[in-house]
Amino acid sequence: MDALDKEVNSQPGLTRRSFIKGIIASGVTVSSVGYLFRGAEAAQAKPALAGAVGRLVTLTVNGQKRPVDVMKQETLAMTLRYKLGLTGTKLGCDRGECGNCTVLIDDVPRYSCSLLTHTVRNSKITTIEGLAGPDGKLHPVQKAFVDEMAPQCGFCTPGQIMSAVALLKVSPKPTRAQAAEALSGNLCRCGAYDYYLNAVMRAAEVS
Amino acid sequence: MASYKLIGKDFTPPDLVGKVTGKAKYAEDFRPAGMLFAKLLRSPMPHAKVRKIDTRNALALKGVVAIVTADEVPKVHPPSEPMLTNEPLYAGEPILAVAAVDETTAAEAIERIKIDLQPLPFVIDPLETLRPGGPDPRSDGNVAARELKLQTIKWTARDFAGISQGKLPMGKPAEEWQYGDLEGGFKQADFVLEESFVTQALSHHCMEPRTAMAYWQNGKLYLHASSQSVSFVVPGVAKLLGVDPAQLVFISENTGGGFGAKGTGYPQWGIPALLAKKAGRPVMMRVTRDEEYAFGRARPGYQGWVKIGFRKDGRITALDLYIVQSNGPYEGFPDFRNSGMAVSLVYQPMAMRWRAVSVLTNTPPRYPQRGPGENQIAAAVEPFIDKAARKLGVDRVAIRRINAPGHDGKVGAKQGPVTSSYLPQALDKGAQRFNWAKKQALSGQRKGSKAIGIGVGTAFHSAGRNGFDGLVLIKPDGKLYIHSGAGNLGTFSYAATSRTAAEVLGMPWDRCVIVAGDTAKNVPWNSPQVGSNTSFTLTRTNYVAAVDAKKKLQEIAAKALNGSPDDFDVGNGRVFLKSDSSRGLSFAEAAERAIKLGGKYSGQELPKDLNPITARAAAGLAGQGLVGVAKDTLPIKGLVPAFCAAFVQVEVDLETGHVEIKECLEVADCGTVIHPKNLGNQLTGGAVQGFGLALTERHIFDNKLGLAATKGLYTAKPPTYLDVPLDIQWDAVNQPDRYNPVGVKGIGEPPLGAAAAAVLCAISDALGGIYFNRSPVTCDMILNAVEKRPQPYKPLEVNV
Repeated sequence: MDALDKEVNSQPGLTRRSFIKGIIASGVTVSSVGYLFRGAEAAQAKPALAGAVGRLVTLTVNGQKRPVDVMKQETLAMTLRYKLGLTGTKLGCDRGECGNCTVLIDDVPRYSCSLLTHTVRNSKITTIEGLAGPDGKLHPVQKAFVDEMAPQCGFCTPGQIMSAVALLKVSPKPTRAQAAEALSGNLCRCGAYDYYLNAVMRAAEVS
Repeated sequence: MASYKLIGKDFTPPDLVGKVTGKAKYAEDFRPAGMLFAKLLRSPMPHAKVRKIDTRNALALKGVVAIVTADEVPKVHPPSEPMLTNEPLYAGEPILAVAAVDETTAAEAIERIKIDLQPLPFVIDPLETLRPGGPDPRSDGNVAARELKLQTIKWTARDFAGISQGKLPMGKPAEEWQYGDLEGGFKQADFVLEESFVTQALSHHCMEPRTAMAYWQNGKLYLHASSQSVSFVVPGVAKLLGVDPAQLVFISENTGGGFGAKGTGYPQWGIPALLAKKAGRPVMMRVTRDEEYAFGRARPGYQGWVKIGFRKDGRITALDLYIVQSNGPYEGFPDFRNSGMAVSLVYQPMAMRWRAVSVLTNTPPRYPQRGPGENQIAAAVEPFIDKAARKLGVDRVAIRRINAPGHDGKVGAKQGPVTSSYLPQALDKGAQRFNWAKKQALSGQRKGSKAIGIGVGTAFHSAGRNGFDGLVLIKPDGKLYIHSGAGNLGTFSYAATSRTAAEVLGMPWDRCVIVAGDTAKNVPWNSPQVGSNTSFTLTRTNYVAAVDAKKKLQEIAAKALNGSPDDFDVGNGRVFLKSDSSRGLSFAEAAERAIKLGGKYSGQELPKDLNPITARAAAGLAGQGLVGVAKDTLPIKGLVPAFCAAFVQVEVDLETGHVEIKECLEVADCGTVIHPKNLGNQLTGGAVQGFGLALTERHIFDNKLGLAATKGLYTAKPPTYLDVPLDIQWDAVNQPDRYNPVGVKGIGEPPLGAAAAAVLCAISDALGGIYFNRSPVTCDMILNAVEKRPQPYKPLEVNV
């Protein structure tokens, strides 16, 4: 039994069966089957491919405990998008080039396409959906991005915002050059860099 | 409409908050019950024929639901691009598709398919197939384009005589035109310059890959797609899949970038649709970044030649242009024609000849990319204008200004008119704000290992169309619903143009709702979100629809309050008596009355000249309120041009070859500015793409294997934060075009070409007049030039 199995089996009071029943009842993962991973439907049959069996883990996402069935090879981006319904995290390349899938792991910006989900079981995961208040009040960085009309197509925007939030946590008053450096792992093909930097600087000003 | 309440003011487009919260939905964010996933079997070779396919092992795999092969897709007429093919014409082209319960299973099924491919000769460099006895990119021809029939053209050995000296071979062209006395123009010239050049092919790199999801329900096809356009693509997609346009629901609420690559539809949308039909379940085809570099399209590259005659003062007396375009294996896009038009307009040559051949190549399909033809020709020709200015001792802004069109400018072979041109004013405004005259002193100055360069560049794109329809609805809730068939690729022009309807009706913006992004929501026939046209075209459609609604409001008020329609005006959600504004109807009341009156007032009777898509949309709204609907038949005379002038300062490191762009200013001629903050984002974003074209982005191919080396963002190199100045400046002439009701023209495309040209000119300026005759100009090229070493490529070699 490997470490992951121990971790899964050590979770009290939640069996695989009750978990599956739970998600079917909640409808959260209806047909959110796999992206290069084995989904609910096939998992019930004998798997054709080795390593395709899911393991139940509990993630801390946006302040909530989220029990979810993951495979050893599953990336966090896939878990978020296809199992937890958090589609705000975008996949632009799925291979660590574009930064569209940036999320915060214990407040550090990381490419969720390049993280295995089981490695962040004990971490605090924050996605774009976790920034606004429960009443829908925008996070100061989100508000600044709206006020500066920073996004164009918007596909890279969640990643840009996550990197900006991470920057301002450690460096509340960055220079424009420091902001550019901090966000340089986030590509934007629309070329909205100038406007994104305006937004980061505005967020730094108001916060 | 002299003074505006909304036009020219900043506002927050309704989709913006969704983009910062993650709620904005793109094609890959939808999850219908029972959804399957598709994977593609793609060609590993640049040109091959499928001899045999055995899918038995794949079908035997549990979880595999459907396979579609090229034999089952609708036939297309060559050189059109098919959905799937048995004769792949570029490496990475889809051959067949599998749908399975999840992507792993679909991928495993692809691995289990046995395929026997016969390799065939292929062409990567267009000149190779034009040589006598050269290989052919496809079995039925080597030259074609949109509106240029598939044919075979071979040049003679004599045509190639000068190639080793770097002169473009110029055999029989596929197309040509001429105006004026070319020979006389060159005779009259004080200086004649003759240059061959290369511009690169490059990918679009949209951040959202072209994922599509489709399902069928009650005979209707629902297609979620990554598309720049919405209503405009319906007829094409319906035809592609053999469905009645009324039975197609096309959904594209948000698109993660297009830049032309998702402008008017692409056949790969059909793959999930056919799989879904066969499987009887929804199918999601997630497109990978690697696939995006195959069928995600590309800007065609050029091998070109130009001869330009100048008078002493810089005025161009004659210009002769020849373009060999690498057009990919299918019909591609006629960039080569746009380049001819652009040169004829931007420099107003007294006489001009344009010749071109659009050569098929076994490379990713070509498609328009932001300024298709206009922008790569700006990058190619603008440095030659500088070279002439240097020779003639004329200022580089002055030489552009003396050739720039005014409102009486002429364009193309037929020397047709333009609706307006403020390019001279854009150059003046830019030169003043950039301190051009003062900055001349910096040219070539050294700062340690760095040399300073100053550059100016200009570019053009047509920026408006006409003949589309507008549709608005005033409901008994008192709100104005502005229906837009435009797409949403990030320009926000769908929103800015919708405000024209509110402006005409004097409606407060917080009581307006834009209905868009889904053809089931009754959206009208609108132009594709391409070619910088939306701002011009859809302000016109929204204007005519709102004018129709206003007329109906006035008539309803006249009926209700006894008077003549002309006695009434509209404003603040009311239609009221001009002489006594306290007497009138609220829009809510007028909408109730419109429903009771029926007929034309509530959409039961429609104008006869509407496009069927608009007629269907208006019929879908009938009885819900007051319907304003009309076709844009407003007058227009001439081509609508948008221009941009860019000014940059660079520092070229002579020890590393690195180019740092220190300053950049873009000045637009886009007519009246309707949405300032968004204009700035378009101008600065366009500049960033221009930097990529000038410095880093290109296709690199292994010519022996026909395989691309630039299949990742890190190798194809779109600019990052660290490749651009920390601050990009922008401005606009802000003078109205006379053929638009609010004076606006589009602007999307020219900022790219202007910035690219300005950077290339600035590099040559820093190096004291070294011209590369090629884009991009990379670090190694600069070092070789500085150290007087030969470049590693042959003069006309491409994809290097």
